[in-house]
Amino acid sequence: MKIVVCMKQVPDTNEIKIDQKTGTLQREGVPSIMNPEDKHALLAALNIKDAEVIALSMGPPQAEMILREALAYGANKAILLCDFAFAGSDTAATSYTLSKAIEKINPDLIVCGRQAIDGDTAQVGPQIAELLNLPQATYVQKIIKLDNEKVEIQKETEIGYDIMELNLPALITCTNDISEIDYPSLQGISKAFEENIETWKATDLKADKERLGLNGSPTWVNKSFTPTHQRQGNILKGNVKELAKQLAKEFIRKEIVKE
Amino acid sequence: MDFNFTKKQHLLKQTIDEFCEKEIVPYADDIDHEQIFPEKQIKLLSKMGIMGMSIPKEYGGAELDNVSQTIIMEAVSKACASTSVTMGAHTSLTCFPLVAYGTKDQKQRFLPKLASGEYLGAFALTEPNAGSDASNVETTAVKDGDEYIINGSKIFITNGGKADLINIVATTDKSKKHHGISIFTVETKKAKGFEIGKKEDKLGLRGSNTNEIIFKDMRLPKENLVGGIEGMGFKIAMGVFDSGRIGIGVQGVGIAQAAFDKALQYVNEREQFGRKLAKFQAMQFYLADMATRIEAARLLCYKAAFIKDQKKKYAQVAAMAKLYGSEVAMYCSRLSLQIHGGYGFIKDYPLERFYRDAKITEIYEGTSEIMKLVIAANLLGKGF
Ligand SMILES: Cc1cc2nc3c(=O)[nH]c(=O)nc-3n(C[C@H](O)[C@H](O)[C@H](O)COP(=O)(O)OP(=O)(O)OC[C@H]3O[C@@H](n4cnc5c(N)ncnc54)[C@H](O)[C@@H]3O)c2cc1C
Ligand SMILES: Cc1cc2nc3c(=O)[nH]c(=O)nc-3n(C[C@H](O)[C@H](O)[C@H](O)COP(=O)(O)OP(=O)(O)OC[C@H]3O[C@@H](n4cnc5c(N)ncnc54)[C@H](O)[C@@H]3O)c2cc1C
Repeated sequence: MKIVVCMKQVPDTNEIKIDQKTGTLQREGVPSIMNPEDKHALLAALNIKDAEVIALSMGPPQAEMILREALAYGANKAILLCDFAFAGSDTAATSYTLSKAIEKINPDLIVCGRQAIDGDTAQVGPQIAELLNLPQATYVQKIIKLDNEKVEIQKETEIGYDIMELNLPALITCTNDISEIDYPSLQGISKAFEENIETWKATDLKADKERLGLNGSPTWVNKSFTPTHQRQGNILKGNVKELAKQLAKEFIRKEIVKE
Repeated sequence: MDFNFTKKQHLLKQTIDEFCEKEIVPYADDIDHEQIFPEKQIKLLSKMGIMGMSIPKEYGGAELDNVSQTIIMEAVSKACASTSVTMGAHTSLTCFPLVAYGTKDQKQRFLPKLASGEYLGAFALTEPNAGSDASNVETTAVKDGDEYIINGSKIFITNGGKADLINIVATTDKSKKHHGISIFTVETKKAKGFEIGKKEDKLGLRGSNTNEIIFKDMRLPKENLVGGIEGMGFKIAMGVFDSGRIGIGVQGVGIAQAAFDKALQYVNEREQFGRKLAKFQAMQFYLADMATRIEAARLLCYKAAFIKDQKKKYAQVAAMAKLYGSEVAMYCSRLSLQIHGGYGFIKDYPLERFYRDAKITEIYEGTSEIMKLVIAANLLGKGF
C-alpha cells in the first residue's frame, strides 16, 4: 500500500497580523508550519499498517522544513516540487503540478488536508482528483477500513456524517478529526536530518509548461481586504401586539422561521 | 559569529513548543495548586525521548547537543517549572555524571533505563550541615568486602521520594575533606536500608517532589561507586553543577518569558483611565526592561551551552548564566505581577505562580552568592 500525503507549508495564522491599511498579511517574523490538517492527514497515513508513506509538497526551498518534520514523524520518503517554473501558481496550477508528481509516484491512496489555513480555498484536493480521474471524498473524519481494493471512510456533512466506499486508487481530503495529535520523538527528528529529500523540477514531471506557475494560473488577485460588518441593535416600538407582529416579520426576513 | 539555530534545532524548538503549549501549559496551574507530581507530563516527555536527551545513542538516548538541551529546558520551564525541575534533576543532575564519569558497566546497567524513562533519577548532595559547603558531607560510606555500607541522610532532594535511581554523595574518608568524597548509585527499589523521609511543603515548584532520604546501614555493591575510584566525588559534583547551571539559568529565562508573555497580552487588554495599559509609558518601560533582560539572559545561557558543545571551558559563563537568568526570573515575575495589579496576586492568574517559582532559581545548584564566588575566583585566579 503506497500512500501520498500532500502537505503545504503555511504561515502560522494564529500569529499573523493583518495590516489594517493595506489589507495584506504581515508575514515577516511569522513562523512557517505544516498546514495543521495536513499533519493530521500524515498521522492518519502513518497509522496504517505496512503502508509506505510519501510526503509531497510543492513550494520554495524552505518548504524542506515541513518535509523534515514529516520524516521525523516517520514518513518513508519526502519529495519537494521546487522550481522557478512553479512560482506564482494559483490553485489550478498547484493542483496540476501535484497531479503530475502523483502520476509519477503512482500511489494507491492520496490524502490531502481539507483546506490550507492561508489560501483557504479547499480546492487543491478535489482538483487533483479530477485531473487524475480518481474517485474522491472530502471532509473525511475517519478511515474505517482499507484494503488493496477499496477504502471505507466516514465524512462530515452539515447534519452529521456519511459513510462511503471508494475504489482505489482514490483521493480523500481530511479534517483534524482523522487522527489524534502526536509529536515526533527526538530520535525521529535526528533521523529526519540524516535522510535525503528528493527535489523534483518541472522537467522531472513531464508537465505541460503552459499549465505551470504564473502561465498556468488563470486567477488574478486584484485586492485582498478584511470585510467589516457592523452589528446594529434595533429597538422596536409599539404595543405588545404590534411588537409581536414586527418581530415575527423580522424573523421571516432573516429566514429564522418560514412564513 | 552566528546566532542561528541549525535546521534540526529549529524543528526541535517548534516541536517542543507545540508539545508544551498543548500538553503541559493547560495542567500547570493544577500541578502547582494541587501539588500534583507531573508524572503524566514526564511519561509524555519519556515517550518523545526527552528523558534520555543527555544520554549517548549507544545507550538508548538521543544524544542531543547542549544547545538543543537548553532549548528543551527553556520551553518546558516556560510551561511549568515544577515539570522542568523534575526533568532537569533527571536529565542533567542524574544522567550527566554517569555519562561523563561512569564506568562502562555502570553505563550499561543504568543508562538505558534512565534513557527510556523506566527509571526516574535524582541527585543527592545536600545535608542539614552541607549546603553551599558541599565538602562538609557527613553521610559515610564504609567499604565492607565487595560492598559499601552507607549511613546518613539527605535533605531537599528533587525527586527524592519518587526516584528509582539516585546518585548520592558520601564521604569515604572524612579526614581528606573534599578529596575523600565519592558518589554512589542507588537503585532505590533494590537497596535495603534506603528510606524515604519527609516531603517538603514549598513556596514554589509545588508540583515537584522535594524529599528527605535516609540511609540506614544501606549496602551497595562496590560496582556502584561512580567512576570506580574513591575520592572523585567532589570533582564529579562540581562538574555536574557547572553543567546543571546552564539548565537553571535557562529555567529562569523560561519563567521570565512566561511572565513577560502574559504582561504583553494584558497591557493590550486592560483599560484604566479610558485607555489601554499599553498606552502608559511606565508600563511600556516595564515591557522594554523585561524584554531586554530576558534577551541578555537567554544569550548567556545559549552561549554557555554553545561553548560546552565546542568542548571549551564553560564554567565561568555557566555561572554567569545561572546568576543572571535567576535574577531575570525574579525581576520579570515581579514586574509582570505588578502590571497585572490585584489580578496578579490572585490564583486565577499564573503570575503569582511564576513569582513563587522564580525564587528557587537563585538558591539551588549554588546560590547567587556562590555564583559570584565562582565568577570572582575565575577572574582573580585560584590563589586569591
Ligand atoms: C485567488 C487566489 C490567487 C492566488 N494567486 C497566487 C499567486 O498569484 N501567486 C502565488 O504564489 N500564490 C497564489 N495563490 C496561493 C496559491 O495558489 C494557493 O495557496 C495554493 O494553490 C493552494 O491553495 P490553498 O492554499 O487554497 O490550498 P487548499 O486547496 O485549501 O489546500 C487543500 C490541501 O491541498 C494540499 N495542498 C495545497 N497546496 C499544496 C502544496 N503547495 N503542496 C502540497 N500540497 C498542497 C494540502 O493537502 C492542503 O491541505 C492564490 C490563491 C488564491 C486563492
Ligand atoms: C526545591 C529545592 C530543590 C533542591 N534540590 C536539590 C537536589 O536535587 N539535590 C541536592 O543535593 N540539593 C538540592 N537542594 C538543596 C540546594 O541545593 C541548597 O539548598 C543550596 O545549595 C543552598 O544550601 P543551604 O540551603 O544549605 O543554604 P546555606 O548554604 O546555608 O546558605 C545560606 C545563605 O548563606 C549564603 N552563603 C553560604 N556560604 C557562603 C559563602 N561562602 N559566601 C557568601 N555567602 C554564603 C548563601 O548564599 C545563602 O544566602 C534543593 C533545594 C530546594 C529548596
